[in-house]
Amino acid sequence: MVKEKLKFAFYWAASCGGCEIAVLDINEKILDVLQLADIVFWPVAMDIKYKDVENMPDKYIDVCFFNGGIRNSEQEHMAKLLRQKSKFLVAYGACAQLGGIPGLANMTNKEEIFEKVYKTTFSTVNPNGTVPKPKVTVKEGELDIPEFYDTVRTLDQTVDVDYYVPGCPPAVERTLYALDVIAKGELPPKGSVLAPLKSVCDECPRKKENKKISKIYRVYEKAPDPERCLLEQGIICMGPATRGGCGARCLKADMPCTGCGGPCPNAPEQGAAMISALASILGLEEEKDKYTEEEVEKLISQIKDPIGTFYMYALPASILRRKVMRE
Amino acid sequence: MKNIIIDPITRLEGHGKISIFLNDAGEVENAYLQIPELRGFERFCIGRKAEDMPLLTSRICGVCPVAHHMAGTKTLDAAFNVEPPSAAKKLRELMYCGYFIYDHTLHFYYLGGPDFIVGPDAPPEKRNIIGVIEKAGLDIGKEVIKHRAYGQRITEIIGGKATHPVCGLPGGISKPLSEEDRKEIENMASSSVNFAKFSLKLFRDIVLGNSKYVDLIKSDAYTLKTYYMGLVDENNKVNFYDGKIRVVDPNGKEFLKFEAKNYLDHIAEHVEEWTYVKFPYLKKIGWKGFVDGPESGAYRVGPLGRLNAADGMATPLAQEEYEFMYKTLGGKPVHSTLAYHWARLIELLYASERALELSRDPEITSKDVRNKPGEPGEGIGVVEAARGTLIHHYVLDENALIKDVNLIVATVNNSPSINMSIRNAAKGLIHGDKVDHGILNMVEMAFRAYDPCFGCATHFAVGQMPLTIEIYNKEKKLLKTVQR
Repeated sequence: MVKEKLKFAFYWAASCGGCEIAVLDINEKILDVLQLADIVFWPVAMDIKYKDVENMPDKYIDVCFFNGGIRNSEQEHMAKLLRQKSKFLVAYGACAQLGGIPGLANMTNKEEIFEKVYKTTFSTVNPNGTVPKPKVTVKEGELDIPEFYDTVRTLDQTVDVDYYVPGCPPAVERTLYALDVIAKGELPPKGSVLAPLKSVCDECPRKKENKKISKIYRVYEKAPDPERCLLEQGIICMGPATRGGCGARCLKADMPCTGCGGPCPNAPEQGAAMISALASILGLEEEKDKYTEEEVEKLISQIKDPIGTFYMYALPASILRRKVMRE
Repeated sequence: MKNIIIDPITRLEGHGKISIFLNDAGEVENAYLQIPELRGFERFCIGRKAEDMPLLTSRICGVCPVAHHMAGTKTLDAAFNVEPPSAAKKLRELMYCGYFIYDHTLHFYYLGGPDFIVGPDAPPEKRNIIGVIEKAGLDIGKEVIKHRAYGQRITEIIGGKATHPVCGLPGGISKPLSEEDRKEIENMASSSVNFAKFSLKLFRDIVLGNSKYVDLIKSDAYTLKTYYMGLVDENNKVNFYDGKIRVVDPNGKEFLKFEAKNYLDHIAEHVEEWTYVKFPYLKKIGWKGFVDGPESGAYRVGPLGRLNAADGMATPLAQEEYEFMYKTLGGKPVHSTLAYHWARLIELLYASERALELSRDPEITSKDVRNKPGEPGEGIGVVEAARGTLIHHYVLDENALIKDVNLIVATVNNSPSINMSIRNAAKGLIHGDKVDHGILNMVEMAFRAYDPCFGCATHFAVGQMPLTIEIYNKEKKLLKTVQR
């Protein structure tokens, strides 16, 4: 019996387009994808409208790859619609999985963002304090745009998600792996991240000597030894707290991991896991059983911008989620 | 008054929408391109570590992350008051050439080119990369895929990752280039020079060989007389990585030439209520609304903007093609929006030639790739992104954390002109409710020429941007829907 072709869909929400390029970066293997599946919805590519998706029967799409976080009303609507129409919904890339870098906007809110972008940026000239509005009447008629939310949410904070493909953007091998398990019908249990269980540290070829550090260096302050572990050279590297499957690409360029793969399976709070890893390696030069508060303060104050450092990609997905908003 | 909404279902459906209003006589009264998306980088980057900016801002666009990464890195050079070693500058520029090879190939073959190669009035299902392959042959298709991948590979070698590279540091880059990698880049660059030459020949044969296309390029519906902006080197030749910002007036005369650090003296941005994008203009002239000509502060950037703003190309083959384009289109500056496609191919050739030169530079494998940064302060950096002049501006505090950010993104510079181009094309082509697929595509071509970043995903795959036009009467009753 000829196996019926699968139906795939791709969609992007609050993201940069890098995830779409990541799909294209499988190069000639995209032809295998077309053998395996018909693409029934790919807004960047195909002549299929929202309305056509609305008209599809529920669960018509076999697998929908959804990238980007949820930051406005239209994205929320599309997430709900595609959930309803898809058998499997895959959060593809860091923004859909964790909120991603745009999720750092959860340290602020709509009002502050509008104030900065439309009123106080150096080059903006806006004497009347004009800001965009969802509904506007111009002289010829009415215009509308989606409503901008205060908070960035992950895909699974919006709808039920079946699988996750990590990375910013996902490495070519992650995309190929996801396609492979789908093609073979060997999907793991629902909720799985389609990546190895190991951390970036486990994939990193650099030498570890279990050295303690007493001083933290910013990346521009020190040219590291290219053979040795960056963390042990005092450069904060998210490798111990970040799920692997990327081949430790950034480390090969002599730069630290910044955590785009998201948390490891046994430590779902990525920032806390990194803080704990750091706590076990950071210490004064002379070992002590107990540090004074001042000594601890001095060590910790070397860590600048802990939110941006430990939650660069995962703030919306973390227990912190956002900065508290008060009236 | 009737309202036509062109709601493209690409990134444009989520991230861009055209509304066209007809008057009672059925003629186009006005058109609006709305950008319904905002992510707020200028706000949420405040408080972050300065050295993270090249990583954070590259997420503005995953199609052109190298441009933001580089603008961010150069801004850090300025903010930390450090000059990178010569080899680091060359490596950055080499990576940058790789990015242009990838990006311009993508646009020409997947998005913009099909309009010409397959034809603006060809059936929509043919006007895409597959149609291009059918017309040009499968071997060509393979070359296209290969050279797009080469561009990405060059970035990956130097930057660590092709999408969202990580190598940029104030005062240099993170890693020197090995001889083995240099050799690989040299081979890819050499192949890219031939590919670019071939692409220009294809353009000449198919487009210039067809007088209908040439007439289209020169037609009023696609003409906009604006100022032009681009980076130039000391000889006023186009440069992507560094130089001064030069502006020429609609007659092609130099109007401004300034260093990036003085951009605030020359560029300002206007805000409208109906879109999330801002509208930059030349400060000296002021914001005069959506009008062109020397009295309007609107200016254009990107391939045609750069070529118009410069006196030529710095590599020999690209220079020949530059001269040929202006000769064919009747001298400088060229105001035809569709000439962006031609200019883009000339730049593809320049990027390939320059990549080859750099890959053969004896200094390119030097180990001396980073200098020690100074004290944190304020910095402004500029590069030419594929889509135009890109300016980053950061203020750092004493801990080198970000205190303030301003970003003027390539496509944003063009936003006033893109609006006007769409309006003009609509006015020239739409009369009454007789709207068919061919007309839709011709309106769409007006902004596709700019390769707008808000639609950057439309670069690839089957490249056809689907559109819906809905025509309403005064009571907002739907009269007609045209889809393709």
